[in-house]
Amino acid sequence: MTYEVVVGVEVHAQLRTQSKMFCGCTTTFGSSPNSQTCPVCLGLPGSLPVMNRAAVEMAVRAGLALNCTIGVNNRFARKNYFYPDLPKGYQISQYESPICEHGWFEIAVGDRKKRVRIRRAHLEEDAGKNIHETGTSGSLVDLNRAGTPLLEIVTEPDMSSTDEVIAYLKGLRDILMYLEVCDGNMEEGSFRCEPNLSLRPLGQKEFGTKVELKNINSFKVVKDAMEYEIKRQTKVLSEGGKIRQETRSWNIDRGETAVMRSKEEAHDYRYFPDPDLVPLKLDKEWVEGFTSSLPELPAARARRFIVDYGLPEYDAGILTSSKSLAEYFESCVKLFNQPKTVSNWVMGELTRELNNSGTDVSASPVPPERLVELLKMVDQGAISLKAAREIFPELYRSGKTPVQIVHEKGLTQVSDEGALEAIITEVLAKSPAQVAQFKEGKQQVLGFLVGQVMKASGGKANPGKVNELLKKRLAV
Amino acid sequence: MSIHKLSLCELQKKFSAGEVSAVEIVRAYALRIGQVEPKVKAFVTQVTDAASAQAEALDRQLKGWRKTKPLTGMPLAIKDNLCTEGVATTCSSRMLQHFVPPYDATVVAKLREQDYILLGKTNLDEFAMGSSTENSAFGPSRNPWDLHRVPGGSSGGSAAAVAADECVAALGSDTGGSIRQPAAFCGVVGLKPTYGRVSRYGLVAFASSLDQIGPITKDVRDAAFMLNTIAGHDPMDSTSADRPVPDYMKALAKKDLKKVRVGVPREFFAEGLDPDVAHAVTAAIEELKQLGAEIKEIQLPRTDAAVAVYYVLATAEASSNLARFDGVKFGLRAKETKDLLDVYMKTRQEGFGPEVKRRIMLGTYVLSAGYYDAYYGKAQAVRTLVCQDFAAAFKQVDVIVTPATPTPAFKLGEKSEDPLQMYLSDIFTISVNLAGLPAIALPCGLSRGGLPIGMQLIGRAFEEETILRAAHAYEQATQWHLKKPVIR
Repeated sequence: MTYEVVVGVEVHAQLRTQSKMFCGCTTTFGSSPNSQTCPVCLGLPGSLPVMNRAAVEMAVRAGLALNCTIGVNNRFARKNYFYPDLPKGYQISQYESPICEHGWFEIAVGDRKKRVRIRRAHLEEDAGKNIHETGTSGSLVDLNRAGTPLLEIVTEPDMSSTDEVIAYLKGLRDILMYLEVCDGNMEEGSFRCEPNLSLRPLGQKEFGTKVELKNINSFKVVKDAMEYEIKRQTKVLSEGGKIRQETRSWNIDRGETAVMRSKEEAHDYRYFPDPDLVPLKLDKEWVEGFTSSLPELPAARARRFIVDYGLPEYDAGILTSSKSLAEYFESCVKLFNQPKTVSNWVMGELTRELNNSGTDVSASPVPPERLVELLKMVDQGAISLKAAREIFPELYRSGKTPVQIVHEKGLTQVSDEGALEAIITEVLAKSPAQVAQFKEGKQQVLGFLVGQVMKASGGKANPGKVNELLKKRLAV
Repeated sequence: MSIHKLSLCELQKKFSAGEVSAVEIVRAYALRIGQVEPKVKAFVTQVTDAASAQAEALDRQLKGWRKTKPLTGMPLAIKDNLCTEGVATTCSSRMLQHFVPPYDATVVAKLREQDYILLGKTNLDEFAMGSSTENSAFGPSRNPWDLHRVPGGSSGGSAAAVAADECVAALGSDTGGSIRQPAAFCGVVGLKPTYGRVSRYGLVAFASSLDQIGPITKDVRDAAFMLNTIAGHDPMDSTSADRPVPDYMKALAKKDLKKVRVGVPREFFAEGLDPDVAHAVTAAIEELKQLGAEIKEIQLPRTDAAVAVYYVLATAEASSNLARFDGVKFGLRAKETKDLLDVYMKTRQEGFGPEVKRRIMLGTYVLSAGYYDAYYGKAQAVRTLVCQDFAAAFKQVDVIVTPATPTPAFKLGEKSEDPLQMYLSDIFTISVNLAGLPAIALPCGLSRGGLPIGMQLIGRAFEEETILRAAHAYEQATQWHLKKPVIR
């Protein structure tokens, strides 16, 4: 039997606020354990939460970008469960009235476009981290992350392949990063995803039993875990078995999913409105203010790049995948109006160096002005394209200007007609046979002569200029 | 006159005038505490040594140009569920027996900012759950009027300390009557402000939507004086009201009750009311009339549902508020545990007393899947009806007068085996918390057995001035507050 895959995805995106959701502690990643805590995020007796306005703003902006309805009346609820990384014994979340509902997001797989419906996105606080060190008994708890604001974004079960899920996750991550509401760092856990996956016989309307996948910290793992799970479920079903509703965790070493907890073990979270927080009413005009201030989102920007700059769809897609990359590109084009040339360099040389050094383009040691300086030197014939490519790594690492490097390396291209004429005269004198052949109509000999001139100049001659001058001379 | 017999306002006047030093004040109270505390047992923690040192420093600092703030040098006691930086805050629970908070509750910070003097932390029913202080893990406090009787609860230690002159005034907290009921039992004044009037930050939560901090004092003037300092918006408490704080002392200027309409709810004078209490409160109502008040009979028909609603909502919130006591980060952690679940179970088994466990179980139950709508949901709906009752009544009257408690103080052990009977001792105070209103309990007589009887005046939200004015006028006319217990 053929089965259809049905997937819905939950994403927990950490919001990039300066301080935590209910206290003033900083949200910086990687500080020494428990150094970013206070009575509130430690859940000390008597402490009380106070809502972070910036977190609400970010949730609203993300919701608007995802075409959601923004809830005007917000209530925060307590989700009660015991775990050492949960200081209060409950998580402050939203239950009945999430801040964002009923949205959609368009994805593209190949040429096919599809709308994934967003069921809801709600605000909640993150938990801390339990640390299990080998060789010690017991576990340690780090509460630096406890209280960091999260936006949990839940889709309807609208995706039917691994590719669609990855397209959704990549697109969503791009958008959140564009809006500067999430840094998108999957390894540090700023963008965590949990696919809910089930199979059903092709053509059947009812959903199959779903399995929730956890411990997924890269797009590669999304793919691996889903593919494993599809195989596993297909096998169980084709052998006449039943899928159990459970949460399964991806084990990266074994390359398989394993049961974390079954439905029977699921918590009764005893949600109820948090009496410590007053209902949060959003002013309609305040919300609408964000609609007009939303930045241009990746899809719209890519369309503009194609129309305004005449870029291929491929280039436009890559350049707009991050806001900083798109901004870098546009800064360059403003200074040097050859979009395709700029695109080639940004996607090629620059991206290679950035990837090698693990740097974001916003922190590129080669700012747009300097890249443009290099491209202009090529354009004006001061150096060859080849030379420009060769010196780029040094330009990236040394912090010198292109002119400095070219000068130091003696790479300046010879375009001066007088100097070139002298070399040409010399070459022609040494190659009477070829000159004769050319004059008899063997045009291809010109290539040989250009090569000889280039050689004689030590590679510094401007080949275009040489070509032009040679033709002139031989035509006489 | 002995220093410990002065009211807060009297003592403050003498201190600011330089007629008495901080050292003298602390010495007088340390002496008094030494005499009566072994009998009354109002305190969980005494800090009289630190208080002496603080008093000496204060006197040195004030030498010469004497500029004091309202509570500078005033010896106060604080209920042990309010966080005091560097001083143990136990909630009278084994769970927090050794817990020393790294921060002050906002109210405590406000007192500290004025250089008040902390004498000690007072006893309570564990986590403020109870009406007699018998639920304290460290033993009950006694009623100074009769040491065989309870001082009431949960702020029983604070009320007993004020009644026994072991401090000039105290702070308590009131979730269902925990300031007013013990104040009535001990013959002192207890004020529960409007929900949101005083910051709850640093009050170890029992039921967050009902808890409110307030003063327990020797007279009404002192209550107004304390409220002036502790009231106000706090950015650390989202539920605290961002509205101006009037000078509550000014409300006391009018000595009569002309044009004040006082409502008497029929439902509060029903079966089960102790005849001595009924007699005293009826006489008090007559007195209010003599002072010029217009007395009106009113109805609060949902009064009978209030106790049930309260025990659903308060326990639901408590079950969640007390989840943080899990042995992981602070407070007690059980020894010899084999795994995480065992840490939770043993810690909570050893750390909590029976009444706290009962309420956590009840609260967990009413929030559980399948029961939520029938209990928690329904209780919220009825809470709204209780609020509507008050709203309707306050269209006709400005103040509502009721007995503060159905009976005078009961004997130790008399109700501790019967939780329901114990819960009913708060029947007159509970609905006020459900509606978030301000109310004051003040002495209005003595029973034939010589025990204090309290009446309660309830006001509209944020109209503390009205009930303070009425209470003060009554107090001035009757002087019941001057009756003092003989401790023996």
